[in-house]
Amino acid sequence: MLRVCLRGVKATAQKSSGRIRLTNVQQCRVYTTGESSGASRVVAAGLLTVTGGIGGTIIYAKWDHKFRAAVEKNVPYSEWLLGLALGPASQDAGLPIRKQMESIQPPSMMEKQMRTSKAKSEKKLKETTEPALSQPTQNIQAEASAEATQIISAISEVQSIPAPCDTEPAAAAAAVLQETESAGAAEPLRERSAEEVAARLAQQNQDEKDIIASLSARLDDSLASSAKATLQAIGAQEAALQAITQHTHKLKEAMETEGPTEEKSTQWKDLEAALADRTTSVNVAKTALVKANEALDSLKSVIDKSRGLKITAARPLILAAEENLHKMVVDLDKVVSKVQSAESEAKIVAQYTELVNEAKQQFQREVSSLTPEIQANWKGLTGKLSTDDLNALIAHAHRRIDQLNRELAEQRVRGQIHMEAALEQQRAEDQKALDKAVGTATQHVKEEARLEQERKLADLREVIEAEMRTQLRRQAAAHTDHVRDVLKVQEQELRAEAEQELSSKLLEQETRYRQLTQEQLDDFTLDMNAAYARLKGVEEAIDSHVEAEEEARKAHRLWLSVEALTYTLKTASAESPSMPLEDAAEAVRASCVDSDFALALTSALPEESLKRGVYSEASLRARFNSLRSLARRVALIDESHNTLYQYFLSYVQAALLFEKQQEVPPTQLRSEDLDPFKLLSYASYCLEHGDLELAAKLVNQLRGEARRVVEDWLTEARLTLETRQVISLLSAYANAVGLGTTQAP
Amino acid sequence: MADELGRKWDRCLADTALKTATGVGIGIVFSVLFFKRRTWPVSFGSGLGLGMGYSNCQHDFRSPYLIHGHVVKDQ
Repeated sequence: MLRVCLRGVKATAQKSSGRIRLTNVQQCRVYTTGESSGASRVVAAGLLTVTGGIGGTIIYAKWDHKFRAAVEKNVPYSEWLLGLALGPASQDAGLPIRKQMESIQPPSMMEKQMRTSKAKSEKKLKETTEPALSQPTQNIQAEASAEATQIISAISEVQSIPAPCDTEPAAAAAAVLQETESAGAAEPLRERSAEEVAARLAQQNQDEKDIIASLSARLDDSLASSAKATLQAIGAQEAALQAITQHTHKLKEAMETEGPTEEKSTQWKDLEAALADRTTSVNVAKTALVKANEALDSLKSVIDKSRGLKITAARPLILAAEENLHKMVVDLDKVVSKVQSAESEAKIVAQYTELVNEAKQQFQREVSSLTPEIQANWKGLTGKLSTDDLNALIAHAHRRIDQLNRELAEQRVRGQIHMEAALEQQRAEDQKALDKAVGTATQHVKEEARLEQERKLADLREVIEAEMRTQLRRQAAAHTDHVRDVLKVQEQELRAEAEQELSSKLLEQETRYRQLTQEQLDDFTLDMNAAYARLKGVEEAIDSHVEAEEEARKAHRLWLSVEALTYTLKTASAESPSMPLEDAAEAVRASCVDSDFALALTSALPEESLKRGVYSEASLRARFNSLRSLARRVALIDESHNTLYQYFLSYVQAALLFEKQQEVPPTQLRSEDLDPFKLLSYASYCLEHGDLELAAKLVNQLRGEARRVVEDWLTEARLTLETRQVISLLSAYANAVGLGTTQAP
Repeated sequence: MADELGRKWDRCLADTALKTATGVGIGIVFSVLFFKRRTWPVSFGSGLGLGMGYSNCQHDFRSPYLIHGHVVKDQ
């Protein structure tokens, strides 16, 4: 693109230049057009490149999501553009990782949840035991079974949760013990004593026994009553059966036998009696049955109620009662079915007799209609009848026989039909009876099966109960062991504590005694020391007095010698140095043989001053003034600038430069103050005001030739300063010593 | 030390004057003897003399600042 631009620019430039060369008149217009075509080309190329770049970016961003993310991050507004072109970013890369994390988390979280839920359920169980316990004691049986379930569940919980296991069994055992508390348990964690627990258990057992006793009494009563009623009913039913069979038998006999009238009448009488018998016995049986059913129902209700109480020990009783009930019901049903079959048979026979009676009556009517004069008892009329009557009778008889034959045939057919109908009826009745019997049989079987199941359940329960007891015993044993161990540990701890306490108290007492004795000793020694010190002080005071006097004399001598030394300094005249300080220094040395400080100071006096003496300040001042002009003249000369030309320049500078004669030196020298002219004026000022030291310091700052020029003066000044310093120190020392030794009157 | 500068100057000027004069003289001699009374030997000689004098003078003033080195041979 750059090249294109350049080319374009070049072309433009060439063209423009060409046009200028060729035509001057139409310069401007051609210039602009050439430029515009070139510019337009450049612009077009630029636009093309930009769009190509953007399109490529978009396409690549569509293909590579990381690139897209990078572009979005770095280029503002690109996410808007990319969103417009491609739709929102799918963010596939982020999700799988997150999903993995989430999937990893749930198992652990679920485990935790399970554990927490288990712990929670355990806690809930324990909590529910406490509120459960707050119910009145009539639910002791509920408690007992709840106990069992919770102990089982607690044991199972302990086995499943591994970590906080050591205290769990104890806690579970404690919880078990807690569960045996009664309603008044305000602090659920307080463990009852063993006697209380035993008492409670005994109480529970007693209550159970009482209830069982009452229950069994009730059951027995109801059983007895129901048994009696059932037996009665059975007896009545049997009697009824007997009566019915008797009656039917008699009826059959009466129907079949055609004996003489007296027999018949007796038979009929018997029959009637039998019938009456039967009805009464049937009624009696019915009432007895009703009573028996009532009794059985009451027994059933009692059994249900007792079952509702849920005492485990009463179950065998209940079971036995149920079995009895079932047996009685079965017997009753059997007898009732027998009676019913007999009744149905009797019904058939009755029907048969009815039919027979009806036929007989019909015949009788016919005969009487035919021969109205012939009476019923026609068998006795054999000798009285004429031949016509006999013939008529025979004809009638023949006709009657025909008729009867026809009737017989008809009757046979009808009888067949009736037979079939009766068969059908019988079949239906049989079916009904069968169904009923099947129903009762199934019921009995069901009842038997249920009883069997109950029996099995009772056995199983016993077995489980026994096992649970052994587990509980084991638990109790473990608990006692643990308690024993804990007690042992506690005993040891307490013993250690007590021993520690004892030893510490003993130590305290000992230390206190020792302290007291030590104090006494200390006081005594203090007194002794004080007295001794005072004696010593007195002695020392006397000695020091003597010494002080000696010192005073020495100090005086020193002071005098130092004064002499100071005086020698003053002997310096205007041009010549002072006298040599040798003698005076000697005198000072002699007078301060025992003071190292003074000796050191005297030895610090410079040799030159001792030998030759020092110049006074005034002479130095005068000399400086003459030196100053010289120093000014060679101000520019130093190691690197020392040609004659530099000398010439330096002389010219000295001639032309004017500075203050004396200038106050600043407290701190800055770099521009190191100009020799300035320094010299500072030094002049200092000298005029008597500050030789500062002047020397300032002069010391000169460099180069100027420095060489004033070197002599500087050494002399140093010498003078040193000597003066030493002497001032010595005099100060002498003064101090003198002051120290002087005693106020 | 202050007087040294004055002494140096005295020496320097005296020396320069002498040298210049000597140079001029030798120049005259040479000019007369060898160079047909041209002026250039005279000016040459005077220049020579001045130069020598200047150089000597400068050396004298520089002398305190000159460092004399010694070659130490490794034994």
